[in-house]
Amino acid sequence: MKQHLILHVIAKIMIPFIMVFALYVQFHGDYGPGGGFQAGVIFGAGFILYGIVFGKEATMKIVPPPLVYTTAALGVLLYTGVGVAGMFLGGEFLNYSVLSADPVAGQHLGILLIEFGVGMTVASVMVILFLSFADYRQPDSQDTD
Amino acid sequence: MLSLHLSALQVVIPLLAAPLCAIIRRPGITWLIALAVGIASCINSIAILLHINRFGEIVYSLGGWAAPFGIEYRIDSANALILLIISFIYLLGIIYAPVSIKSEVPEKSQGWLYTAWILCFTGLSGITISGDVFNVFVFLEVSSLSTYILISFGQDKRCLSAAFRYLVMGTIAATFYLIGVGFLYSLTGTLNMADLAQRLPDLISQNTVAVAFGFVIVGLAIKMALFPFHAWLPNAYAYAPNAVTAFLAGTATKAAVYVFIRLIFEVFPEDYFSGFTSSHHIILAVGIISAVITSAVAIFQNELKRLFAWSSIGQIGYIAVGVGLASTAGVAASFLHLFNHAIMKTAIFMAIGGLFIVTGSTTTAALKNAGRRMPWTMAAILIGGLSLIGVPFTTGFISKWYLVSASLEQNFWWLAGLILLGSLVTAAYVWKIVEIAYFRKDPNEQVVRQEAPLSLLIPTWILVVANIYFGIDARFSGSIATQAANTILGISP
Repeated sequence: MKQHLILHVIAKIMIPFIMVFALYVQFHGDYGPGGGFQAGVIFGAGFILYGIVFGKEATMKIVPPPLVYTTAALGVLLYTGVGVAGMFLGGEFLNYSVLSADPVAGQHLGILLIEFGVGMTVASVMVILFLSFADYRQPDSQDTD
Repeated sequence: MLSLHLSALQVVIPLLAAPLCAIIRRPGITWLIALAVGIASCINSIAILLHINRFGEIVYSLGGWAAPFGIEYRIDSANALILLIISFIYLLGIIYAPVSIKSEVPEKSQGWLYTAWILCFTGLSGITISGDVFNVFVFLEVSSLSTYILISFGQDKRCLSAAFRYLVMGTIAATFYLIGVGFLYSLTGTLNMADLAQRLPDLISQNTVAVAFGFVIVGLAIKMALFPFHAWLPNAYAYAPNAVTAFLAGTATKAAVYVFIRLIFEVFPEDYFSGFTSSHHIILAVGIISAVITSAVAIFQNELKRLFAWSSIGQIGYIAVGVGLASTAGVAASFLHLFNHAIMKTAIFMAIGGLFIVTGSTTTAALKNAGRRMPWTMAAILIGGLSLIGVPFTTGFISKWYLVSASLEQNFWWLAGLILLGSLVTAAYVWKIVEIAYFRKDPNEQVVRQEAPLSLLIPTWILVVANIYFGIDARFSGSIATQAANTILGISP
């Protein structure tokens, strides 16, 4: 799709808005509809749109696979880490109330971090899925780029 | 408080380790992490068992939200036993892995393999200790998804279609289970096992309960590879890397069997399984048919891993027979056989992995002269085989003894006869192996002694020795299995 000028321009305009909206869904998830899963998918969709319009190689330059694998794992690690922090501070696993002196503030902090971990992993996995399937070619099909 | 954390740590430690491995991805370091997880989990599961023996069951509310609203982990002697099996088989599997994996999996994939392995262990531990039916589903998916990955690391390209087939079957199983859970939730408004057990007796005559029961049972039967739903297992075991097969054979179906027993006897009302729906007849029939027929299928296999995979389906059949008897003695026999079968089958698959390292093949033809060429490796397969038959002084004998006495308790003479017939059929395929390995001698041939590497032989022989030890002195395994059955069936000891 390298020759479609309109697609290039529109995609370049759209992608920042998609990502800002993803961050809104991410951090507003405590109060309104949203959360890590939805935000992660939207954020990942930004990269996927870029990948569809500008090609796989360009996308791999922005998000190299080793980096995405690492962020996918870091998200899970953040999730578990917050849970373990609760255990060290005297609560149960994933008990956010003990994360701060004020239990309500602790719950806020906990869910924010947990959802951030979820969002990070989901966004990374979306990109990994896209890149893996973009790699796939039928054994004897012509390269029709 | 610290002692209560034990239950959460069983899941949290591997859950922390798995993403760490995914970040590091170097075979050596990820293996060390996996090993550390194994050691920690074994100590942890022993501590849990001791704690339960002294203070009774452990109840842990995740996130500080009390049940029935929050998720709780609930461990009594039944899951403590399964946890112990899973942890020890995992540790021995990891000790066994490096040499075996190196011969089959390219180095750049090994880090991912250990990551998936730790995740699989996370899922299996979670299934075992969770007291929440939906949480069980989540862990079932964690363990299944990582199992598909583990199988697809196999050397033979056919492992991919085996993994895909298992993926389709496993997804159907998980869906069935989830539909059943959904029906239960719509009826009772709770997902907590203890809470469900309290609310279901009032609703016993509703059809929804029966539908939920059917869905849950079929879903779990697929996961545990009970007879008509076993089709995914032979290929999955045959094409997975040897170390992975050894681990899966000892653990994967066991966790599903445990949930099966827990749900039908404890969560569903008392006598629902055996009295109200009379479905215990079906499980009993399926179990005994499976035990005899799949063992007969095993006779005709020429690939050792596939042969013993078919034998695994048969052994699950024996476990189902114990469940189908629906008595304390029957369920105790099932738990005992879970324990014993994990020991013997893992040892056999480990020894087959050793055979593969030496001969580069796992067909029965590779066994030629194996009795003289690698006496220790071959003896491990032989003792495992004898144990499958149920020869005295092996754990298999103890299992059969419990199972036969449980069936005689209900005057099922025909059942005892069929169990012994199953043993005879087992003897046929074990004899086939023995004959090739020990008696097909070519007098002119020089045989060079060439044993499997020590790092493979040691974990194998730990299990072989355990097999013989628990075959002679079954006080530990027998008493804990009986205790587990008493807990599940709600009989105070």
